[in-house]
Parts: sequence; structure tokens; C-alpha cells
Amino acid sequence: MEIPNVAEKWTSSVNEITIGATKEEGGTREKTITIGGSKCIPFMDFDGSKGRKPVIAMDVYDIPPDDWPETLKKPFADVLNNPAQWAKKCVEYGADLICLKLEGIHPDKGNKSAAETVDIAKSILAAVGVPLIIWGCEHDEKDNEILPKVSQALKGENCLIGVVTQDNYKTLTVTCLADGHSIITLSPVDINIAKQVNILVSEMDFPLNRIVMFQTTGALGYGMEYTYSIQERERIAALTGDKLMAMPVICDVGHEAWRAKEAKSDDKDAPQWGPGEERGPMWETITATSLLQSGVDIIRMNHPKAVAAVKKCIDRLY
Amino acid sequence: MISIGERINGMFKDVRESIKNKDPKAIQELAKKQTEAGATYLDVNVGPAATDPVDAMKWLIEVIQDTVKTPIAIDSQKWDIVEAGLSVVKNDVLINSTKSDPEELDKYMGIAKDYNASLICLTMDKHGIPQDVEKRMEFVMQIVEKAVEHDFPMEKILIDPVLFPINVDQKQPALMFDIFSQIQMISDPAPQRNVGLSNFSQGTKEKRLLARTFLTMGIAYGLNAAVMDVLDKDLMDAAITAEIIMNKNVYSDSYLTAFRK
Repeated sequence: MEIPNVAEKWTSSVNEITIGATKEEGGTREKTITIGGSKCIPFMDFDGSKGRKPVIAMDVYDIPPDDWPETLKKPFADVLNNPAQWAKKCVEYGADLICLKLEGIHPDKGNKSAAETVDIAKSILAAVGVPLIIWGCEHDEKDNEILPKVSQALKGENCLIGVVTQDNYKTLTVTCLADGHSIITLSPVDINIAKQVNILVSEMDFPLNRIVMFQTTGALGYGMEYTYSIQERERIAALTGDKLMAMPVICDVGHEAWRAKEAKSDDKDAPQWGPGEERGPMWETITATSLLQSGVDIIRMNHPKAVAAVKKCIDRLY
Repeated sequence: MISIGERINGMFKDVRESIKNKDPKAIQELAKKQTEAGATYLDVNVGPAATDPVDAMKWLIEVIQDTVKTPIAIDSQKWDIVEAGLSVVKNDVLINSTKSDPEELDKYMGIAKDYNASLICLTMDKHGIPQDVEKRMEFVMQIVEKAVEHDFPMEKILIDPVLFPINVDQKQPALMFDIFSQIQMISDPAPQRNVGLSNFSQGTKEKRLLARTFLTMGIAYGLNAAVMDVLDKDLMDAAITAEIIMNKNVYSDSYLTAFRK
């Protein structure tokens, strides 16, 4: 009996975006990263091309993180006070990109100035050769004040900057457009709002092929399945020709996974759960590898062990 | 929704005059306007009055292609005009249309395949248009069988069950819904479902309302293509909205804007 061919015929693909610019391209990066391009449901390459390999961005904060458990601080012990050295360490651990999280500009967490922030961004630029993601503190006023300054300082570097929302997108959209960066659109686990933000941003003449979507991430045990199902629907919409849903997707796995008590609890508080050294990275790994199946192009991560495990998984699937 | 903009047709005076005087301005304007309105294809029909229809078809397609990249639908019942049109098209193309006599299907699927074209197949043959669902479905079967035989991609076939004007036979329009449903079950992937929408309401006093209502109802039963007045914004908005209701596209507050991107 002939086995029927059940491959789907998708008509479209996920947009490709390049982040970073080399010297020849007007930047200073040693290499650029291109994401997207998939023409199939993740890893179902009998339907069409898998596109570009998902990549890992490791987080670097502009202030030492106050809520990280010891297990997570340990691999970065000497550098949590020094973003440039921290970034260097991340690259050694295998980061494809650095995501500079501007936690310290938040009015409640340090209220750092634009000048300080620009200095930090530049120090990272000088320390590493990988492309950068710049992530605000998600306090609208402060982001609108600081991010444009950072964007201008990094003009030509073709960074990925975020995030914009349905209610706060104009300032950053204009800035990224002027300085040649790509942008991250956030929606709170809501596919309809995801499309809406993309429309709003594109109505300001921002090119669709420079947008990356972010559906706030849920970690394993903390709503991961909601993120999964929305990202899956986004991928299907992209493949069936919805131009406003054809953007690559980014996930914030590290931060979310390490908020889970299963990941961060001390060994003495939860002896029955096994050693935190294994448990934490495992929580982060499982969140990342699960979400990979739904269609993710950039994964933000924290622990080097988890990064190594997820990279191995990606390499084997590709 | 595959919307086939009907406006470049020699039945319209401005188009007829343009063809006669070889003045591309009005044609290019129509091509642009229909493209901006969201047309998937631009139907091109030289009309009955053209003195050299083969030459007129080529000229129309060329002047349209000078202005827009929107795919062309070559609208003619004459083989030499279709061939001439295909010889000059640069982008995707749709042939509008063939009847369902086996020899016609062989001929048209052959040439459509050569040009990687899509093809509208009418559920009728040289003996005329059937009046009922059953006979129309027999033609549908025949079309699908021929497509398999020719290894012709099913999604490039648009089956048109020949919608009668409402004021000619009022029993007919309601039969279409049953046919749209049945066509979707016939194969996987299924052929597309098309109608000529303006023909349906011609000569009535509520032309636009009738077209809009039929299209909305049809979409609920699986209609997904129409030769239509894409410049009728209410009609386009109704189609876009019906498809949102049928969960064919992701809803967003600006879904009407989204469609036109």
C-alpha cells in the first residue's frame, strides 16, 4: 500500500531579520545573526525549509540583579558588577547575542541616567563582538527617556531594541526607524493584540521585516502552555500568509524560569527536589526546549548549563 | 479571499475607448486603484467590440504590467486570446475560464500547467449550464479527476458553479451554498470556490447590497474567490469581516487596515 504524502503545503514563511552590523556594514560587530525564514511548523522539515537556526541571547543587567539565587549568580560571581565583563563571560558560555536588560533605569531600581546607560552599552560593545539586544525596564516614561539616547549612541550597529506595546510605541518606533535598529513588539499572551501592535508600528512606516514579536513568556509550571499555544498560532498564521504575523519570535526564558520556586529554592528549603545546581538549569532548559517546538527564533537565557543543553538540543534538531 | 477585480473590461466605456485609442492612462489608473483596494488578481477582458482582440489583450496586459505587479486574470472564452495573453504575462496568472467538457479541460489544464497558471473551471459544457446541484457536482468530479490525471495542483483550480442573476432564476443562488460546502469535501487540498458576483446582481436596483449579502453568506459556506467590484469598499469590508468571523485570519482591532497592507 502506498503511504499517502501528508506534508502540508504552506504558502508563506517567517520573515528573516539580521541583527548586528560588521565594519563593512557600518557597525563594529565581528559577526551578524540572521533569524527567521522558516517555511514549516518547527522541525517538520518535510513540509518546507526549517529556516535559520534558533539562537540564544544571554542576559546582562546594567545593575547587579537583586533577585537571582546563588546558583544563578555563581557562574557570574566576579562580573555581576561589571556589564562588559559579564557580557564577555556570556560569549565564552556560548551566547549568540547579548541582551542588555536595563533594569537599573527603572525609577524604583536605581533610576540610572541616559549618560550612564549609554556608557554601559558602549562598554559592552567594546568588550564583545556579538550583536546586541537592548531591553528597556518596561516603565513607559523611563524607557521613552533613555532608550532613544541608547539607540542614537548605537546607530549603525543594527541592534534589536524593545519593547513597544499597544499603548506605548511611538517614541521607540521613530527612534529605531531613524537609527536603523529592529524593534520588539510586546503583547500580553494575546494574539489579537500582537497583530494590533504590529499594525500600529507598521503604520508609522516601520518595515514589517524589522519587527520581532514577544508574547511575554510563561515558564514551565507557570503558564508555559499559554505562551506555547499562542506562538504556535502565530507560526501557523505566518505560514498561511498573514504578513502582520510573519515576524520572528523572541522568548524571555531565563528570567521567567528562575522566578519559579522550583528553580530558585535553596537546597535546605527543598531537599526533596534535588540539588539546585541541577534543578535550576533543568527548569530553564525544559522551558526553552518546550517553547522551541512552538516556534521561537531568539531565546533569552541565563544559566550557562542551560544554555549549553539548549544549544545541543537545537544542533541535534537541525 | 481571492478577489478578482473586474473593472478592466471592454464592456465599460472608458476601457473600450482606451483600447480603441491605445491610450493607457485610464487602464493604468484602474490597475492602480484596484490594486490599492486589495485585488488579488486584475481581470482583463477586451470586450466584444475590440477590432483586434488578440492584439488588444496583449496591449492591455503590457500596459497594466508597466504600472503594477498584481497578477492578471485573462478573461476570455477564445483560445487564441488566452494564448496571446499568456505569452506576455510576467507574474502569476489566472485563466478565466474553461468549460468542463473533457477535451476542453485537457486543453486548458495543459496550457495552464505550461505557464504555471491557475484556472477557473465553470461547471458547464457545450450543452449548457445545469440547473441543479447534482449535475453541477458531476462536473466538479470531472474537473477534480482531470486535475489528478494532469497532475495539476488542486489549489490552483477555482471551480465556478455559474451563479445566475437573481432576477433570472431566484431558486439558483441558494443552491450555490450547498455546492461550496460539497466542493470542500471532495479532495484534500480542495479546489477553490469562485463566483462571478456582479453578474448575480446585474440589472437590479440593489446591485451592491445583493452582491455584498451573497458574498457574506457564501463565505460562511466556503466561498473564497470572486470576480467582483473591488472598488466597492463596503463589499470588500464585508468580505474581510466575514473571513474574520469564519476565523480565516487573526483578528485585531485594525483588521480592516491589516488586510490592505
